[in-house]
Amino acid sequence: MRLLFGSLFALAVAAAVGLGATWIALTRGTAYGGVTIGAWTAWPKNGTPGIDPYARAMIARTGDLPVGSGDGVAFYARTDDGGQPLDGRCDVVVSGITPQARFWTLTLYDTEGRLVANSVQRQGFTSQEIIRKADGSFDITVGPRARPGNWLPTGGVEKYLLALRLYDTPIGVATRNGRDVPMPAITRRACL
Amino acid sequence: MIRMALWLVGALLLGGIVHLVTVLLLPRMATQDAYARVSAIAPVNAVVPVPSPTPEKAIMPFMDPAFAVSACRYDLSHGPLKFSVPISQAYTSVSFYTSSDVAYYAINDRAAGRRVIELDLMTARQRAELPQNEDITAADRLIVASPTTTGLIMIRALVTETAGTVSARNALAAAQCRPQ
Repeated sequence: MRLLFGSLFALAVAAAVGLGATWIALTRGTAYGGVTIGAWTAWPKNGTPGIDPYARAMIARTGDLPVGSGDGVAFYARTDDGGQPLDGRCDVVVSGITPQARFWTLTLYDTEGRLVANSVQRQGFTSQEIIRKADGSFDITVGPRARPGNWLPTGGVEKYLLALRLYDTPIGVATRNGRDVPMPAITRRACL
Repeated sequence: MIRMALWLVGALLLGGIVHLVTVLLLPRMATQDAYARVSAIAPVNAVVPVPSPTPEKAIMPFMDPAFAVSACRYDLSHGPLKFSVPISQAYTSVSFYTSSDVAYYAINDRAAGRRVIELDLMTARQRAELPQNEDITAADRLIVASPTTTGLIMIRALVTETAGTVSARNALAAAQCRPQ
C-alpha cells in the first residue's frame, strides 16, 4: 500500500516537475548562447546546425524559421536600455549606428511575432530608407503618434519587440559581446 | 520520513528525465513548425511564392516584411535536385533548412559571385555515389549536402522602394528547383 502510494506520488511529482520545467523553458525564452549588446540579444548559433536543443524545441513550438548564419543575424530587443519593457503607448528613440553589414532591417512585432497594424502601413525600416545625420548615425522614433524624420508607428499596442536584422555581416557565432559591435541605443521618452 | 524524502528525490530525478525527453522530442512531434506551415502551401520539388506577412496573416511568425520570399520543399528520395535562381540588383539569399527547421547552409548573391546562384542538392549518400574522376567535379559546380532527405529551401530577395522591387520579384519567379 505504501509502495503504491509512494510510486503514484513520485510519478505525479515527476510529471509536474518535468512538464512544468519544459513549459517554462520554452515560453520564457531562455535559450543558451545568446550575444547580448545593450538591450539587444541575438542567438547566432540558431542559424547553424549547432543550434541547442532548447532553441530547437522553441522554434518547433513557435513555427519560426531562424535566419541562416550565411545570410545574416537577428537581434531582438524587448526592453529599452533602462530595462523597461517596450510599451507602444510611449515614444522610444532608437539611435546610433549599427555593426558592419551590407544592409539591415528594423521591424516591429507584437510579442507573438506578428506585424502590428497602423495607419501608414509601415512595419519597419531598412538601412536604405532611413534619413541619416551628417555623421552617418540615425534616430528612429518608435511611438504611437506621427513624428518628423524616421517614425516607426506602434499602433498603440501595449507590448512589442524590435528586431534588428543584419544581412551579409561578419557578426555571428564568433562574436562575443559589445566592445567592437556598436548597437543602437534604445531610449524611452514621454508616454501618452 | 526518510522514506518520503527518498521518494521525493526519485520523483525529482524522474522529473528531470521527463523534462529532457520532452525537450528533445518536441521538434519531432511539433505539428505547427515552420516546415509543416510551408508544406501546407508548397508542393514537393517546386518553387512557390510565400505570401508576404501582413498584420492579419502571416505563414510564420517573425517574417521580415522587407523581403519577398519563395520556398521549395524538397524531397531527395528519388535523386538529387538542381536549384538555380538568377540574381537581381537587390540582395538575394538562399537558405537551406532540414525538415526539423535546422538551418544547415545559406549563401547570398555576393558569395555566389556571378549572375546566377546555381547548385546541386543531394544527400550525403548520393554525393558519395557521384563519379569521382569526371570533369563535373570542377569548382564551378556547387554541391550542397542535405543532412535529411526532405527539407526547405527559402529564397529571399530584398524588396524596398529603392532597390528594384520588380527585378527582385522577377528573379524569384525565375527560380527553379527540380530533380535532375
